[in-house]
This record gives sequence, structure tokens and C-alpha cells, in this order.
Amino acid sequence: MALDGSLERLRREGRIVVVGASLAGLRAAETLREEGFTGTLTMIGDEPYEPYDRPPLSKQVLLGRVPADHTALPRRRAIEAQWRLGAAATGLDLSAKRVALADGTSVEYDRLLIATGVRSRPWPNELEAGLDGVFVLRTRDDATRLRHRLKAGPSRVLVIGAGFTGSEIASVCRERDLPVTVAERGPTPLSGALGSVIGDVAAQLHHQHGVDLRCGVMVTGLEGDGVGRLRRAHFSDGGTVDAEVAVVALGATRNTEWLAGSGLAAGPRGIACDAGCRAFDVRGIVADDVFVAGDVARSPHPLFGYRFLSLEHWGNAVAQAEVAAHNMICRGEERRPHLWTPYFWSAQFGVNIKSVGVPNMADQIIVSQGSLGEHRFTAAYGYQGRVIAAVTFDQAKWLEFYQRQIEQAAPFPPPFATVDRRTEGMRPVPAGFPDPSVPTHGPQVTVSGYSPTDQRVTFTPAGHGHHA
Amino acid sequence: MRVVVDLNRCQGYAQCAFLAPDVFAMHGEEALLYDGEPDGTRRLDVLRAEAACPVKAITVEGAGAAWTAAGAGVSNGP
Repeated sequence: MALDGSLERLRREGRIVVVGASLAGLRAAETLREEGFTGTLTMIGDEPYEPYDRPPLSKQVLLGRVPADHTALPRRRAIEAQWRLGAAATGLDLSAKRVALADGTSVEYDRLLIATGVRSRPWPNELEAGLDGVFVLRTRDDATRLRHRLKAGPSRVLVIGAGFTGSEIASVCRERDLPVTVAERGPTPLSGALGSVIGDVAAQLHHQHGVDLRCGVMVTGLEGDGVGRLRRAHFSDGGTVDAEVAVVALGATRNTEWLAGSGLAAGPRGIACDAGCRAFDVRGIVADDVFVAGDVARSPHPLFGYRFLSLEHWGNAVAQAEVAAHNMICRGEERRPHLWTPYFWSAQFGVNIKSVGVPNMADQIIVSQGSLGEHRFTAAYGYQGRVIAAVTFDQAKWLEFYQRQIEQAAPFPPPFATVDRRTEGMRPVPAGFPDPSVPTHGPQVTVSGYSPTDQRVTFTPAGHGHHA
Repeated sequence: MRVVVDLNRCQGYAQCAFLAPDVFAMHGEEALLYDGEPDGTRRLDVLRAEAACPVKAITVEGAGAAWTAAGAGVSNGP
């Protein structure tokens, strides 16, 4: 009874603080109000803008079709929040229940939601990263700057990394008729996310659209001219390319530094939480009043062996925020698990790529509908005899069917006949994901020699020499 | 006015691109590009697109209050 009374008081006049004012933070705030929270709601964001949508930035915004400031997210309802925009959170005191901000102030909470997301992994060499012409793409301001530079018509653009963002940027460059070189350390574009069978199709798209695609190489250095402008890039195979613009698209890093020393289990891989979005502390015990949602969260998914999934997906941010918000203001037995099946899309080279499930858990793949060669197909991924994921190229309408297959742990390869099954789809093949035991995200460094004067360090760039 | 499309849901039926072509455009066979903050004068067309989407992927801010099914038949906006 006493507990019920305090929950009622929380719902009526409690203080909820949301750190992270992007998609997850906004949708959580709306859900809190929708479910009857009438207390004080504070939204903290490091960017000066109210919540905006990021996927358009690497597509219609970079193409020049839509201004970068035409991306503010519509509100599902009024949230009557106190906005603290442009003030990053810098610290968390769990025992005092207080968030410190960059402007020196602090905000106290009864319940906290952490939705600080990720940021672009910067080019590791700071001097080179500071050259005029070197960009990343994550925020609205990044998009505005890069778009301005692309509009000026650079002689060549170098895209470093052929994941989804890098491939979308390369696609925009070609549509703008700009010469573009893409450097990817893996054997194909998208191989980390979708495997090299699908990656080979992605490589065909690059080639077909005139991209100078170089796989199995790393960029080892960016060279500036006398006045600090980018002029040339050096590759691990000894080659070079002259470029006025380089876009670093090497993935993202989690915004968890502000939680260092807080006692939460937060680090470079995100913040671990349970399926109910409650944060783990460093002892592995869930906190009752600290919740996590969106790109920064890592939570166990029952469908995928209770593996802790870290999903930088638009749909995950929405679904997890809704579950977190619900669980923040309800009784224990009313809590819900976050059971969202991963869903993802990318538009590049005029093709709509979508996936469902967790492709990179798979060992095999089968083209169940359509044809790889036609760049229009559906492929199912298998893991230990069950369907674990699917990907479509311009066949989005079939994806929901495969979502059900994943959720029902349907057998792989699918035993049923499908529409438009071709001979290439009669037999599963290895999906071609990078061997997780081989480091691909950094160079291999070995030390040889015994006495201090003999010791040598050998630096082997990642991906170099591993691929055909 | 503010618009967002849940492109996980979108299956490229292109009804929106037909009803409000200056706001929604197909890019290739199936991918959709759109303006997230179209001019307010486009409101009626955008609301028609929202209503016509077979997978209900379009969210328009304030659509609930301003929109009724009967309004779909009204001729072009202000």
C-alpha cells in the first residue's frame, strides 16, 4: 500500500529527467504524458535543436532536396517539458539522484531515462581530422557543412568506410555527379552488417554507378597542403588518391563518457540494461530508477539467445523508448519487456534495402525470392537450422512475412515454396560474415625479439592481406 | 507543419507521392524521399497522403485534431 502510494505520488508530482533530446527521448516523453504522468519532465540535450530526424540527413538533405532544418520531428502530443538544450550532461550522482550539466547547473530526478545515443567515430589522427575538407556525418550541423561543400563541386570525394552511411553518402555523390572513391577494409561494402554474399551485390551497385570502390584496403593517412586543406589520401596497399573532401564513415561510438565513475555499467559498448530497460550497475544489479533506451542501450533479447543487442536503429529507439517510459511509471508486475524485432532500412543507388532480425548472427543465407543478379530479391539468413534474419532489395513487401518466421523460430532453410524462387535459391550458402576472432576494427600489432634493444613492433593494418 | 515517415513500415505503395508530389517522391522503385517540414499550404494534400497510406507509415503533427475522414473530399486547401 505504501509503495502504491509513492508510485501514485511519482505519477502525480514526481520529477522525471530524460537525458538525450533526440528520437528516443522525445517518444519516451510523449509516452510518459500519454500514460498519465503529470509531474515535472526535463529534457536535456547537447545539441541546440529540438528533436530532429537523422535518417534524411544522409539522403534527401545531402542530395540538396530538403534543407537540414526541415527535419524536426512531429510531436504525437504536447509534452509540456522543461527543455535544457545545448547543455550536455556531464555527470551522474546515483545516490543523490542528480544529473550535472555542462553549464555548471544540475537537475534532480526521481526517475532518470538515459537516451544519449551515439556519435560518429572520428578520424583517429587528430591533426589529419582537423584538415579542411575532412567531415563526419551524424548531426544536422554535420549535414549542413558537408552539403555546402558538396555543392561547391569538389574534384573528388573520398568516403572512408562502406557501411550503410558511407554507401549512402557515396550514392549521393554520384547522383550529384561528383567523382567518388570508397575505401573499405572488408571484402565488400556492408559485409559486417549483411555478409559478403549480399555485400557482393552492394559492390555491383557501387560499380554500376561509377564509384571507384576499393575493398580490402585501409586509409593509412590523410595529407594536407601548405594551408591545411585536404589534398590526398594514402592507402594500406601503397596507393593514393587525390581528393578535396573525405567523409569518415567508420561507425559510431556510444555517448557514455559522462557516466564514467557513476557506478552504472556504462562503457564504449553502451549501457547494459534488462529487457525492461532498467540500467545495470557495475555489480550487475538493475537500478530501480534509472532506465535506458535507444542507440546507447544494450539489452538482452529472448529471441536471439538472450544476447545483449546494441541496435542503432530508428525503430528500436521508438519501441524501446515506449517500453522504458511505460516501465518508469508503472507497478513492477505491469512492466513490459522490450521484444522488438530488429528492423532496418537504407536507400542507396536507387535501391531500397531493408532487413529484419539479426543478420550477423547467421551462418547461412538462401535467396528465397528473386535474383541477386537483378538486384531485386529477398534472402533469408539461417542460424543453427532456424530463420534468424532476412534482407530485401526492392522487395519490402515480403519482409513482414519473414519477421513472423523469425518470431516463430521457423526452420531454415525454409521448407515451403516461395513466389519467384530461382535456381540460385535452391540451396543455402555461407553468408560470409567476417570471422569474429579476427580483429577487423583495428590493426594487428605484434611484438618480436627478447632483449629490449631487439624488440620490434610490427603493425599490420586490419583487413590488409586477409582478402582476395 | 511537421511530417515523419516510418520507413520500416513503408512498402513503397507511392500513394503519398501521387497525392502530394512536391512533398513525397519515390527514389527508384521503392525508396521514398520526403520533406519533413512542408509549407503549411500543403497541409490538406499531406493529410490526404497520410490517410491514404496503406501501411499507416506517415505521422503528421496535429493531424488528429485537424483531420476528419470527411475532410478528404474537400477540394484543394487555402
